[in-house]
Amino acid sequence: MSKVKDRLQQVLAGGGKGLIVYVTAGDPDLDTTVELAVAMAGAGADIIELGIPFSDPVADGPVIQAASQRALAGGTTVRGVIRAMEQISRRTSVPLVLMTYYNPVYQYGLRRFAQDTAAAGGSGLIIPDLPPEESGAMLRAADAEGVDLIPLVTPNTPDRRLAIIAARARGFIYCVSVTGVTGERENITTDLSAMTAAVRRHTALPVAVGFGISGPTQAAWVARYCDAVVVGSALVGIIAARAGKPGLVEAVCRRVRELKEALAGTEVDGVATAL
Amino acid sequence: MNTATPDERGYFGRFGGRFVPETLMPALEELADAYRRLSSDKQFQDELQYYLARYVGRPSPLYHARNLTEFLGGAQIYLKREDLNHTGAHKINNTMGQVLLARRMGKRRIIAETGAGQHGVATATVAAMFGLACIIYMGEEDMRRQALNVFRMRLLGAEVVPVSSGSRTLKDAMNEAMRDWVTNIETTYYLVGSVAGPHPYPVIVRDFQRVIGDEARRQVMEQAGRLPDYVIACVGGGSNAMGIFYPFLNDPEVVLLGVEAGGHGLDTRHHAATLSRGRPGVLHGSLSYLLQDEDGQVSPVHSISAGLDYPGVGPEHSYLMETGRARYVAATDREALDAFQVTCRTEGIIPALESAHALAAAFRLAPTLPRENIILVNLSGRGDKDVHTVAAEMGVSLDE
Repeated sequence: MSKVKDRLQQVLAGGGKGLIVYVTAGDPDLDTTVELAVAMAGAGADIIELGIPFSDPVADGPVIQAASQRALAGGTTVRGVIRAMEQISRRTSVPLVLMTYYNPVYQYGLRRFAQDTAAAGGSGLIIPDLPPEESGAMLRAADAEGVDLIPLVTPNTPDRRLAIIAARARGFIYCVSVTGVTGERENITTDLSAMTAAVRRHTALPVAVGFGISGPTQAAWVARYCDAVVVGSALVGIIAARAGKPGLVEAVCRRVRELKEALAGTEVDGVATAL
Repeated sequence: MNTATPDERGYFGRFGGRFVPETLMPALEELADAYRRLSSDKQFQDELQYYLARYVGRPSPLYHARNLTEFLGGAQIYLKREDLNHTGAHKINNTMGQVLLARRMGKRRIIAETGAGQHGVATATVAAMFGLACIIYMGEEDMRRQALNVFRMRLLGAEVVPVSSGSRTLKDAMNEAMRDWVTNIETTYYLVGSVAGPHPYPVIVRDFQRVIGDEARRQVMEQAGRLPDYVIACVGGGSNAMGIFYPFLNDPEVVLLGVEAGGHGLDTRHHAATLSRGRPGVLHGSLSYLLQDEDGQVSPVHSISAGLDYPGVGPEHSYLMETGRARYVAATDREALDAFQVTCRTEGIIPALESAHALAAAFRLAPTLPRENIILVNLSGRGDKDVHTVAAEMGVSLDE
């Protein structure tokens, strides 16, 4: 069973679309991350991704790069993030997913990382620089602990690779909306309808779309083609602007509520879901 | 020694692989396919040979450095003069090969990272000659240290993009180049400058650099009538070392010695001696030795030489170290500076500070060996670009 998948299916059964939010753990500090996560769950986030900061985040744009540097400069460690996740999971039932690059996980030890993630109440794991060709050992370790290793697909992923990725996917499929790094974009030019349809031919798992989604209007538009949207840089940008000032948590949650409202209002249109 | 490495997935033993975002995977497969096709394509190989001979100036000489040999009082020193190539370093062997590859793949936009600027200059040079758009990513710190090369690249028509993230050096320039590639995957060829990065780059760069070792092996047989006892090269990412080592891998009597940047010393935190002090980890798409903290965060590194200032190393070097086929040592900033100055005065050759690390190891070794022994040093580049750095170290001001 997958807590991540169950949650998204519940939301869909209720007629809405899922909202997955991302924050970099430790930005501005881990105590704030805990408060933020609990509050975002209350504001309507269906899944929360906690980024473990890495020194060399090649898949990230400037906003999350800067957040990672701030978090590392503040002394954030892998163990610290896992401890913070444990505190969050005691206060909310919203599924928690860790997102980081492969090297911190590799150094921690794949099995131990999966074990500690599960023990701290984590439900999933996203590693953007771990393609299916390299993910065998990680997948076995995650499966053994009931942690979903959630894969990414991109607009240029050929059908041949979609089949390989879908076959080992857990939780949901994360469709990257653009060929590029994370960060808000005014326009998403990818044919999301075609992309998500191609993905669905290979899987019955929920399909989420992320990278580049900035506000409620865009989220609602993207949600027409998928089961959930991921919003990261837009929230991390608010955190950066508010760091050290009062009202940070409230400002982020206001945006989360707006996003959630936009998604609740999404009609389930002609896009066939395999659920 | 199995020279058929790496395997299908790009592994040299347990090192290598492809740890990159999904966007890059189809591009790496396309690159590997194109390269496999062209490496056995006679027309492509002839074209490469033509430009290496007529444009780069190959073969580069092998020079018996008698003055240096006498100064050191031991083994015979032979220098493989990659400094005499067009643009002044070995880097152009690879950029020529990869630009020809990019052209065959129909890519019109070339991006590259650079540390000392030598790879950037070599890339900009070949891109200019073939009329391709060229964007070079360079850390702000390196741009400051290598202002001359920055200007040189701009004269050659390249756009030099300053990278201000992280440590503002080579690794961050490589991060930024990878982000560009992810974003412009359809139009762009990423011209990796070392034997690092995801498969197939470590193979491609090695194959384009092995001309150094192929020539040197032939030349030393002609000049000395025997193989060298030692082959010495500096190792940052490791392309010049891999290029000269590779043709000697099946000569077990030849000791292969890689020299890393010892910076202020291996017992300080200010060095870039990845193989000497690192442990396996994943950076820039491959699993190899890496300087990192307990959490896997990549360490800031230091070397007086911008070209060696890199926390990773090509996966084939990790493999050669673990199998024992090659040995790796370090030379400090100080030792490299001393070797630099002695080589200037005894031989009238100004070596790159990178190459001066290889010379420094030869300086330690030669006096301990009999005169019949031969040490082959890869003089990977010329040091004109480094005179400002050296002057500053010597307390000489070159500014008006």
